[in-house]
Amino acid sequence: MLKFLLERDTWQEIFDSLGKNKLRSILTMVGVWWGILLLIGLLGSARGLENAFNRLFGDFATNTVFVWGQSTSKAFRGFQEGRQVSLSLSDAKNIEANVEGVEFVLPRNQRSISATRNFLTGSFQMAGDYPLLDQLQKKKLIHGRFINQNDIDDRKKVVVMSEDAYQQLFEKDEKAIGEYVEINGINFKVIGLFEVGNINMGPRTDMHIPFTTFQQIYNRGDKIGWMMITGRPQFDIKQIEADAKLLLRNLNNIHPDDQRAFGSFNLGNEFKKMTGFLVGMQFLTWFVGIATLIAGVFAIGNILLITVKERTKEIGVRRALGATPYEIKRQIVVEAVFLTLVAGVLGIVTGGLILIIMDYLFGQGPEAAIVNASVSISVVFVALLILVALGSLIGLIPAFKATSIKPIEALREE
Amino acid sequence: MLKINQLHKSYPIGDSSLHVLKGIDLSVDEGEMVAIMGSSGSGKSTLLNIIGMLDEADTGDYILDGLPIKNLTEKKAAVYRNKFLGFIFQSFNLINYKNAIENVALPLYYQGIKRKERIEKAKFHLEKVGLLDWADHLPKELSGGQKQRVAIARALAANPKLLLADEPTGALDTKTSHEIMAFIQSLNDEGKTILMVTHEEDIANMCKRIVRLRDGVIMEDKKVTQVRAEQYV
Repeated sequence: MLKFLLERDTWQEIFDSLGKNKLRSILTMVGVWWGILLLIGLLGSARGLENAFNRLFGDFATNTVFVWGQSTSKAFRGFQEGRQVSLSLSDAKNIEANVEGVEFVLPRNQRSISATRNFLTGSFQMAGDYPLLDQLQKKKLIHGRFINQNDIDDRKKVVVMSEDAYQQLFEKDEKAIGEYVEINGINFKVIGLFEVGNINMGPRTDMHIPFTTFQQIYNRGDKIGWMMITGRPQFDIKQIEADAKLLLRNLNNIHPDDQRAFGSFNLGNEFKKMTGFLVGMQFLTWFVGIATLIAGVFAIGNILLITVKERTKEIGVRRALGATPYEIKRQIVVEAVFLTLVAGVLGIVTGGLILIIMDYLFGQGPEAAIVNASVSISVVFVALLILVALGSLIGLIPAFKATSIKPIEALREE
Repeated sequence: MLKINQLHKSYPIGDSSLHVLKGIDLSVDEGEMVAIMGSSGSGKSTLLNIIGMLDEADTGDYILDGLPIKNLTEKKAAVYRNKFLGFIFQSFNLINYKNAIENVALPLYYQGIKRKERIEKAKFHLEKVGLLDWADHLPKELSGGQKQRVAIARALAANPKLLLADEPTGALDTKTSHEIMAFIQSLNDEGKTILMVTHEEDIANMCKRIVRLRDGVIMEDKKVTQVRAEQYV
């Protein structure tokens, strides 16, 4: 068989019979070509969307729930209902220590302030933060650095501000790092400038100062505004949320069934819904692609079958001249495989081109809708392999049909 | 060369069957040129197909060149056809997307002969039928007579023991028919055994022996004085 495939005569025969009717050969190939093109185009763009999505959220710890205090809705242990609940640092520590699956608990404080520099002023939201924030929600720093442990330990009066805040408080092209900004009457040194991303988790904050500085200046004591609880990847964030809230009720003398005492936003859960959509899209892509491929292969089989019928006489002549049934079958199967293979490779190449064009049109810049639209080479090879296998299987049908006709019937005059 | 003994063949038609050949006895020696005649339905084509191993007899013996032809697998039949027999058809049956020389070389391809040798041999046979200049032409670019000559070259290419012709002149005008017959006669002169089916009396008379069939039996089997076709050309 290998020798047969390497012989020039074999290919001469195949090219002759395929070239005899170019239109038919091309139409046959279009089915498979289209199928693999769709598969690659769809898989590539699905991957591109996923990549874009991941890039958008890649800087965030998505397995996170935000929790803050509200007011109680049930009387409990002598406390009236309607009591204001506020979270404390010890709550955060307790959660970190006792709730299963928690990776980090990040306490945060926040308030609105007015900032002044020279004659420029603006009002902003300012948060007191730990360096950990930069890990959970990556800040894109254009200049300087984020708050570090030193700032926390020494309660330094330093501020990291957004580009927007910088634009409001500074002249164009003015150097900001090392300069001072007056925030509610106290001077803070600017240590970093960050770019505001497309997506913000939680309330927007334009200024970050060390958590301990915030505590001291605004006399917060142990109280915190809210906390971010991040779970380890393998743990269910909904369970963590429920456990944390239960623990919080326990610690703060709140009725165990009081659902309103703590407010929360489960980012992990929302994120899961979106990734679920992506998974669904990938499945759909595979389904559509493979179904189209199969349709294409059947088109090849169908057209070969018609071809065989058209070629009944030719096959009869060949057999009268001494072609064995095996030789006839072999030729038809090789024709089928050759057609699918060429169409498949063409489909892969054009599919790749489409992905390149897609990348060129939609994949440029940091806010691209489709990032690095691509298909892994192994997927391509497996698709091609399946295609060739289906091609040879489908080629067998017309091949058997061709040899089931007795040569005498094939040659009989019409 | 060829020996047939009590050959029977019937075809099923619906529930009943049509008895086409009812005990044929025929022997042909090497170098003979035999015309098989008969009206349509007399079984002459069936007989030729059985001799050509395109069809198989129900009962009876068929010995070709000392080799009993019986219960052949398709594969074996194909090999025998290729080795022993050359076919000439009424409608030429050239492969329309192959040029003349490729058509002639086709039986050699199935013999597994190398391309270069194949083309050499095909050239030789094309020259023999006087069409070497037309080697690169497709069948549709050839006249009827030329097509039949290419078909004859193809039949000769594998150097068969027996040449089988099914109405070789049936699709040709009288003049071309005579040219083709003259060529077939010259092949016979060189020693080829030829068996042809025809219903034309003048063509049959250009053979050396006429076998007449009617209703599946041989009515008459006689040697005739060969009419040379050259005189009409």
